[in-house]
Amino acid sequence: MALSTREAYGEALRKLGAKYDFWVMDADLSKATKTDLFADAYPERFINMGIAEGNLMSTAAGLASCGQTVFASTFAIFATGRAFEQVRNSIAYTNLNVKVAATHGGVLIGPDGGSHQAIEDISNMRTLPNMTVVVPCDAASTYEAVEQAINLVGPVYLRFGRFPGDDVYKTGSCPFEIGKGNVLIDGNDVTLIAIGDMVPESIKAASILKQNGIDAAVIDMHTVKPIDAPLIIEYAAKTGAVVTAEDHNIIGGLGSAVAEVLAENCTARLGRIGVQDLFGRSGSKEELKKYYKLTAEDIAEKAMALVEYKRTRR
Amino acid sequence: MNINYLQQKAAEIRLKVIEGVSSAASGHPGGSLSISDILAVLYFDKMNITPKNPGNPDRDRFVLSKGHAAPAYYGALALSGYFDENEIKKLRTIGSFLQGHPDMIKVPGVDMSTGSLGQGLSAATGMALYAKRRNKKFHVYAIIGDGEMQEGQIWESFMTSAHYSLDNLTVFIDLNGLQIDGEVKDIMNNNPVREKLTAFGWNTIVIDGHSIPEIGAAIDAAKETFGKPTAIICNTIKGKGVSYMENKVSWHGAAPDANLAELAMEELGQQLKKLREVG
Ligand SMILES: Cc1ncc(C[n+]2csc(CCOP(=O)(O)OP(=O)(O)O)c2C)c(N)n1
Ligand SMILES: [Mg+2]
Repeated sequence: MALSTREAYGEALRKLGAKYDFWVMDADLSKATKTDLFADAYPERFINMGIAEGNLMSTAAGLASCGQTVFASTFAIFATGRAFEQVRNSIAYTNLNVKVAATHGGVLIGPDGGSHQAIEDISNMRTLPNMTVVVPCDAASTYEAVEQAINLVGPVYLRFGRFPGDDVYKTGSCPFEIGKGNVLIDGNDVTLIAIGDMVPESIKAASILKQNGIDAAVIDMHTVKPIDAPLIIEYAAKTGAVVTAEDHNIIGGLGSAVAEVLAENCTARLGRIGVQDLFGRSGSKEELKKYYKLTAEDIAEKAMALVEYKRTRR
Repeated sequence: MNINYLQQKAAEIRLKVIEGVSSAASGHPGGSLSISDILAVLYFDKMNITPKNPGNPDRDRFVLSKGHAAPAYYGALALSGYFDENEIKKLRTIGSFLQGHPDMIKVPGVDMSTGSLGQGLSAATGMALYAKRRNKKFHVYAIIGDGEMQEGQIWESFMTSAHYSLDNLTVFIDLNGLQIDGEVKDIMNNNPVREKLTAFGWNTIVIDGHSIPEIGAAIDAAKETFGKPTAIICNTIKGKGVSYMENKVSWHGAAPDANLAELAMEELGQQLKKLREVG
C-alpha cells in the first residue's frame, strides 16, 4: 500500500532527524501533518505553537535567524493563506532557512470541503522572491524533497497531499534534484507536465494516448519554482503541444508557470488541466477527481484535442 | 551604570533621528523619540554586543517589533559602531542600505527585519526558544508599540513565551498612548495593559520610559526573574525631547522641514550640551 505524501513527509522527518540537526514546528495539526512522528522521536526539537499560524511562521523565522533549519507545518490553506504575510515578511523577505511544509494541498484532500482545500497555495508561494516551491508526487520523491530542502539554504514551500496515490518512483532510487524536472516517459506528439497526484494520472493518460496512436511524453515537474525552463522549451519544441496537470487552480500554479515559459520562448500550444477557478467541495478523492475533471481520461482528452489542433494547423 | 553618559547617548540618538528623517523628508520621528532612552540603555550599557562582529552567535538579540522607529534604531547602531554615522544622512534613499524599515540582510546589527507590525515579537520569541532549548546564555529584547498591541499576533506570542517559560525574553511596551489615527484609547482601547499581561502569565514592571535609572533597574529585575518572561511597561511621550513634537499625533509619520529640523536640532543640542557640562 502506497503512503500518502504527508505520511512520507512525517517518515522522512523522523528518519532525517537522526542525520541532520533541524527543528519542526506545528500548529495543533501534528497528527494530520504527521509531524507527530518527529515529535515522538525528537521532542527537544519539536515545538507546538497551538492554533496560531501567523505566530508559527514568525516564531520559526526567529528560530531560523539563530542559524537553525526549521520546518513549519500546518495545512496548506492556513500556511499560505492565513499566514501569507508572515511567510512573506518574516520568512521570504528575510531569506531565512524556514521550510514551510504544508499538507492537505488541493481539492483531492476530500471530505473536509472547500474551506480546507487549498487551490491557491502554489500560486501564493510562487510570487514570493527567495521562495522555492516543491510538490513531490509520491513517498519516494517526498523523502528526497525533504532531504534536499534541508540542504538548500533558504525558504522552501513544500506541498503534500492527504490520501495515498500510486507510487511513481522506487524507494531509494528516485532521481530528484530541486529545479530539474524528471522525464518519466519520452514521447514525440505531446508533453504532459504534472505535479503531485496528477503525475500518476498523467502516466495513465499516456497509456490511454498510446492506445490511440499518440506518443506522449510525461514530465514530473516537482519543482514549480524555479521551474525547469530548458526542459519545457526542449519538449515544447520536440512535441509542439503541452498539457499541464495539477490539483490547484489553473490560475497561478503549474499551468501558469509553464505558460509563462512557453509564451516567451515557444510556439507550442498549451492546455491546462486543473481546478477551473472554482472552490473545492466535500467528496472522496476519486469522486472529486471526476467532479473537477482531474482524471487520466480528462488529461488524455485535452492532449488529443491539442494533437488534433496541431494536425489541422499543419 | 553611568546615568549622565547614557542620557547623552539618548540625546545623540534623538539627534540622529532628526538628521535621518529630515534628510529623507519622510519617516517616523514620534515613535523613534519615545524609545531613544530605552535604546541608549540597551546598546550602551545592558546588552552584550560585538559591533565589529555583528553575527557573533552569543550576542544578546534585539528586535524592534515597531519597525517604523527605525531612525532611532539606526542611530543607536551607528553610534555603537555597527556602521558609519554618515549613512544616516542617506536614510531611505536608493543607494543606502538603511531601508525605511529595518532589514536584517542589509543592515549590520539588525537581528530581525520588521515593519509589518505584530511579527517582530514572535521572531524574538523564536530566538528565546532557541536559547532556552539549547542552553545558550544570550538574552532577547524586543520593543513593541501600544498601537501594535492591537494585532492579534502579539497576544499569540504573549501566550507562547509564557507557555514556554521564556525568562530570557524581555519586552518593552512603548506606552506612548498614540498611534496613527489618534489616541490608542479612542481607536481601540487596550487597557489595562498590566493586568492583561499578568493574566497571561508575565512578570510586569511599570516604569517611566524616559528615566535611565528606571530602565536600567527594570532590565536588572527582568534578568533576575525566573520561569516567566518580563514586560517592561514604559510610560512614554511620543516625540519626547522635541517640544513641538511631544504628544502630537501628527508627528507619527511626518518629517520636519529644514526650519523645523533646525529648531529640533537646536533644542536637542542644548540638552546634550547641558548633559556634557554636568557629566
Ligand atoms: C501590520 C501593519 N499594519 C499597519 C501598519 C501601518 N502602521 C505603521 S505605524 C502604525 C501605528 C503604530 O502605533 P504604535 O504601535 O503605537 O507605534 P508608536 O506610537 O510607538 O509609533 C501603523 C498602523 C504597519 N506598519 N503594519
Ligand atoms: Mg503608540
